[in-house]
Amino acid sequence: MSYRYDYEVITQWIAPGEKVLDLGCGDGSLLKHLAEVRQVQGYGVENDPDKLLACTRNGVNVIQMDMEKGLAGIEDGFFDHVIMSLSLQAMHNTQGILVEMLRVAREAVVSFPNFGYWRHRQSILNGRMPVSESLPHQWFNTPNVRFFTISDFDALCEMNGIAVRERLAFDEGKLILDEPNFLASVAVYRLGRAG
Amino acid sequence: MIQPQSVGVVVPQRARFTDPLPLRSGGTLPEYELVYETYGELNADRSNAVLVCHALSGSHHVAGHYADAPKNIGWWDNLVGPGKPLDTRKFFVIGVNNLGGCHGSTGPMSINPATGEPWGADFPFVTVEDWVEAQARLADRLGITRFAAIVGGSLGGMQALSWTLQYPERVANAVVIASAPKLTAQNIAFNEVARQAILSDPEFHGGHYYAHGVVPTRGLKLARMVGHITYLSDDAMGDKFGRSLRHGKAIYSYDVEFEIESYLRYQGDKFAGFFDANTYLLATKALDYFDPAFEHGGNLPAALARATADFLVVSFSTDWRFSPARSREIVYALLHNQRNVSYAEIESDAGHDSFLLDEAQYHALLTAYFDRIKV
Repeated sequence: MSYRYDYEVITQWIAPGEKVLDLGCGDGSLLKHLAEVRQVQGYGVENDPDKLLACTRNGVNVIQMDMEKGLAGIEDGFFDHVIMSLSLQAMHNTQGILVEMLRVAREAVVSFPNFGYWRHRQSILNGRMPVSESLPHQWFNTPNVRFFTISDFDALCEMNGIAVRERLAFDEGKLILDEPNFLASVAVYRLGRAG
Repeated sequence: MIQPQSVGVVVPQRARFTDPLPLRSGGTLPEYELVYETYGELNADRSNAVLVCHALSGSHHVAGHYADAPKNIGWWDNLVGPGKPLDTRKFFVIGVNNLGGCHGSTGPMSINPATGEPWGADFPFVTVEDWVEAQARLADRLGITRFAAIVGGSLGGMQALSWTLQYPERVANAVVIASAPKLTAQNIAFNEVARQAILSDPEFHGGHYYAHGVVPTRGLKLARMVGHITYLSDDAMGDKFGRSLRHGKAIYSYDVEFEIESYLRYQGDKFAGFFDANTYLLATKALDYFDPAFEHGGNLPAALARATADFLVVSFSTDWRFSPARSREIVYALLHNQRNVSYAEIESDAGHDSFLLDEAQYHALLTAYFDRIKV
């Protein structure tokens, strides 16, 4: 079971007994945690057989689906929260999934590695693609297909009419308040429909 | 972990019921017998029972073999046994031959007490719901009030699903594999072709062929050939047979030329040699009639609101007779009702038949699911 510090932030945003959808839920550890401390009715989405198996072993509901094709079949506004923890950068259909997330849930929680983190910038200045705690893969084997910064994501939300209700940024588990686009390695957002 | 083993020699048992069974079709079975097999031991709490529901051509003989017929191995032997996904060291597993069957339970070949002759075509129509009702009575007889799990593929999956609606409190887990909440028009159409093949066989004699000492084997063979095509995928058939010619070239004959013809004829003949045509007719109609949403104006989420079990729903990528989309209908209807449900779409090239095979991912998933069931 993996456990990540962004889970603590996400957990704080989830009320007891909520209906929660976790997209790219991995082995189901976040949902298992939320079931224990928030008694959520949770469902994970995965498309990798090994991860489906891991979720089943963890006793977590998991539905096999290709998220790139959207979330057809899930009713509008069915979930209280839909979560995508450190998976958005691994999806091609970035805008499509954000629209879908805010279709099926009241609020979306999204976390991603900040490509604009100073260590990543330093690495690029030195002529190499960044490899770090938040971007642990080499360029040739990374599952990530989108590389973006906190500022990029803010601009995308603005452009798509997505309301940023809360944004927390971290470096090695510590909250970063100043210059997050430079000093934070990971950002966690709470998103809603604007208006 | 132990090496997976066979449950070994098994002995079918027989239960007789004299309480009349009202049927959906309006009739009543005044009395009937069910043949069943069990594997493993029922625990002291009677909490480890698992019912395995069979599909169109299955039977109560799910696992193991018979002392006098070592090659007659149960149809889901790769699933059920010590160290297998449905581990008989943990679970008490039951297989039942459904009513209307031809493997020992009361069916068209049985004697109609009203006439002293075989029922034949007079055997009443039986539905998935009737089968569940009869299975529930057998469960009562065995002292099982609640199943740890009810498992089935295809038509068997429909029974597992129906259990969760007819007796929600008696099912902790339902494992619904390669199934559907109802058949499509295309699926019914295949069944109708199969039925017409049987009904139009001159030796069918209106279903009373037993009295004439004949069997409509040609019709039954055709029915099975049609069915068999739909159980395989285009790719699997292509890989296995392609356009292989028995004589290496066309000989311009209606005898077997292409290997696929040989295979289908063999499968048809084999099936016609042991299966009863009236049972085939009844079972295909049971498939066609199953539609729990019908009474809810076609609203499946409303129909499944009664279910309280946890569900595992499984489909196979190349299954076009019971396609993944049909399994997803069940999943989304359960999700609507906030039921615990997991869904996997297994990559397999074997079509509908995949549910009987032991593809590694599929069996690993079932193992994980059954492991986590508390008994």
